Amino acid sequence: MIPFDQILVQIVNGLVNGMILALVASGLTLIFGIMDIVNFAHGDLFMLGAYLGTTSFLVTGNFWVSLLTAVLSMAVLGLVFQAAALRPLLGRDPLTTILATFGISLVIQNYALWQYGPVPRRLPEPVTGHFQLFYVEYPWYRLVIALMSAAIIGGLYLFMKYGKHGIWIRATTQDRVMAEAMGIPVPWVHTVVFAIGAAMAAAAGVLFGPTVGINHAMGFDFTLRAFVVVVVGGMGNLGGSILASIFISLLESLATIWVSPAQAVIVSFVALILTLLVRPTGIFAPTPK
Amino acid sequence: MSTVARATGPSRGYWTGFVIVVAALAAAPFVLPEFWQRFATEILIWGLFAMSSDILIGYTGMVSFGHSAFFGLGMYGAAAALLAVRPPNLWLAMLVGLVAAAIVAAFVAFFSTRLRDIYFSITTLVFSQIFYVIIFTWTDVTGGENGLTFRQPPLGIPGLFTIPFTRNGLHWFVLGVVVVSYLVLRRITQSPFGMVLQSIRENEPRTRAIGYHVERYKIVSVMLSGLFAGLSGVLYAIQNKFAAPDFVLFLISGEAVIFNVMGGIGTLVGPVAGAAFFLLMKEVFSRVFYEYYLIPVGVIFTLMVIFVPQGLLGAWRRQLNR
Repeated sequence: MIPFDQILVQIVNGLVNGMILALVASGLTLIFGIMDIVNFAHGDLFMLGAYLGTTSFLVTGNFWVSLLTAVLSMAVLGLVFQAAALRPLLGRDPLTTILATFGISLVIQNYALWQYGPVPRRLPEPVTGHFQLFYVEYPWYRLVIALMSAAIIGGLYLFMKYGKHGIWIRATTQDRVMAEAMGIPVPWVHTVVFAIGAAMAAAAGVLFGPTVGINHAMGFDFTLRAFVVVVVGGMGNLGGSILASIFISLLESLATIWVSPAQAVIVSFVALILTLLVRPTGIFAPTPK
Repeated sequence: MSTVARATGPSRGYWTGFVIVVAALAAAPFVLPEFWQRFATEILIWGLFAMSSDILIGYTGMVSFGHSAFFGLGMYGAAAALLAVRPPNLWLAMLVGLVAAAIVAAFVAFFSTRLRDIYFSITTLVFSQIFYVIIFTWTDVTGGENGLTFRQPPLGIPGLFTIPFTRNGLHWFVLGVVVVSYLVLRRITQSPFGMVLQSIRENEPRTRAIGYHVERYKIVSVMLSGLFAGLSGVLYAIQNKFAAPDFVLFLISGEAVIFNVMGGIGTLVGPVAGAAFFLLMKEVFSRVFYEYYLIPVGVIFTLMVIFVPQGLLGAWRRQLNR
């Protein structure tokens, strides 16, 4: 049978991957919840963030400084993207926004290929130690990733709950017209939300970077996974997305005990299809009244 | 609008234009240099692919992001038939390719049509990714990353004649298939069935209220679309003598959507024009930007989504649907 410790190691793996995915997916769901925009380029923002991290690392030589610069520059890029490509589409069919963000995704992906080349880039781990987890030497850095992601998501939660912009965002999500009537600058809120989503994707990219080779195609995987998570967790539901990220990542990690990682993706796809058939509003979302 | 169009029938101008375009395409091999001959054939194949997804995007109002699954299955179905049967038989390859695409389409349709809007798009995308993973990892049968290569089957009618395809012969064969498919699809979209599809696009609850079984119509629509996408996959396999997992990847589905948006949805010929426009841009820009041609193409696509949402031929949508 399968050794128990193997299952435990995969559970730890699943939790760590789940936290990264939660960071990407919560940005996606935030953007969807407020603007009805399905951001096809979200995984590419994640990928571009990771690349910006490598560039910044070459200059500064410090991982944490690189993380900060990548996050800030992606936030600015997010502002620009939203204002240039998505603001004109406000109020049109949500499908139009899928098309526009799909175009942006193509541009970002090929820009990254052009700028950074086809050879995967490496980002060194800022924390290099290992500890013994049953039969493997488990890197401390992976736990740092999980904690950092949890901290960022916690920060987002506090910001949404108590920050002025956070309250504006929640108000706009609830009722766009009413929020506008109350004097909330709705177009600006949209732009800020997109920038926050992009920044979180970049943070996830830089944190995730050291565990893999960064390449221009890795964004699509995350776009797809984030879609799965956002649907399973309930569109526009922040808490649901975080739970769903962990759930999906655990499923995939456990599936890798039996099949190759490439095939394990199918497990999460099946979870998505079952969710859509059984409970289209999302497993981790409260039942709509 | 369409009922009036049906009463008056197609205009003479439309059919004149149709004959001129088909004649020009048929004459293309005589005037074009070798490279562009092949290019013209390819435009026709991708045009058929784009047309098939227009049934969903333009007529039923559902954007499929998983059309590569049908294209790829047509391709692999044809490959299987060509490799399994000696001597390779063209008609058998087409039949197997179409059956493979139809089975997949039925499967995808059964699940995805229960969902609307972006959920439909995401589900079709996820299904195509499932088929991609299966084809990519099932190396023993599909050849995995390397795909399958085979010989081109000859054109023939059993007992009558058999001739190998020449470059021109292939072009005319593809042209014939595409023109017939166009006329069939056009007839379908103008039939009462096609009218129901368009009414689903315009107002689904009302269509349901009138008494149409909307889900059933959607399933047939996805299957129809998948069948013609599979046909284009078969043609592509025959032209290029290989089947590769890259053609099941979601980028191909994305291209189908690009063709539609660029050419003009809901016109059937618009997507073909879109395919031609896209492939020409790809050709031109790859001479300047090499493999990064998708940067300018992506920018142009995004700009078109924002500023020209009706596409190149969208302005003539009414005339083209007469």
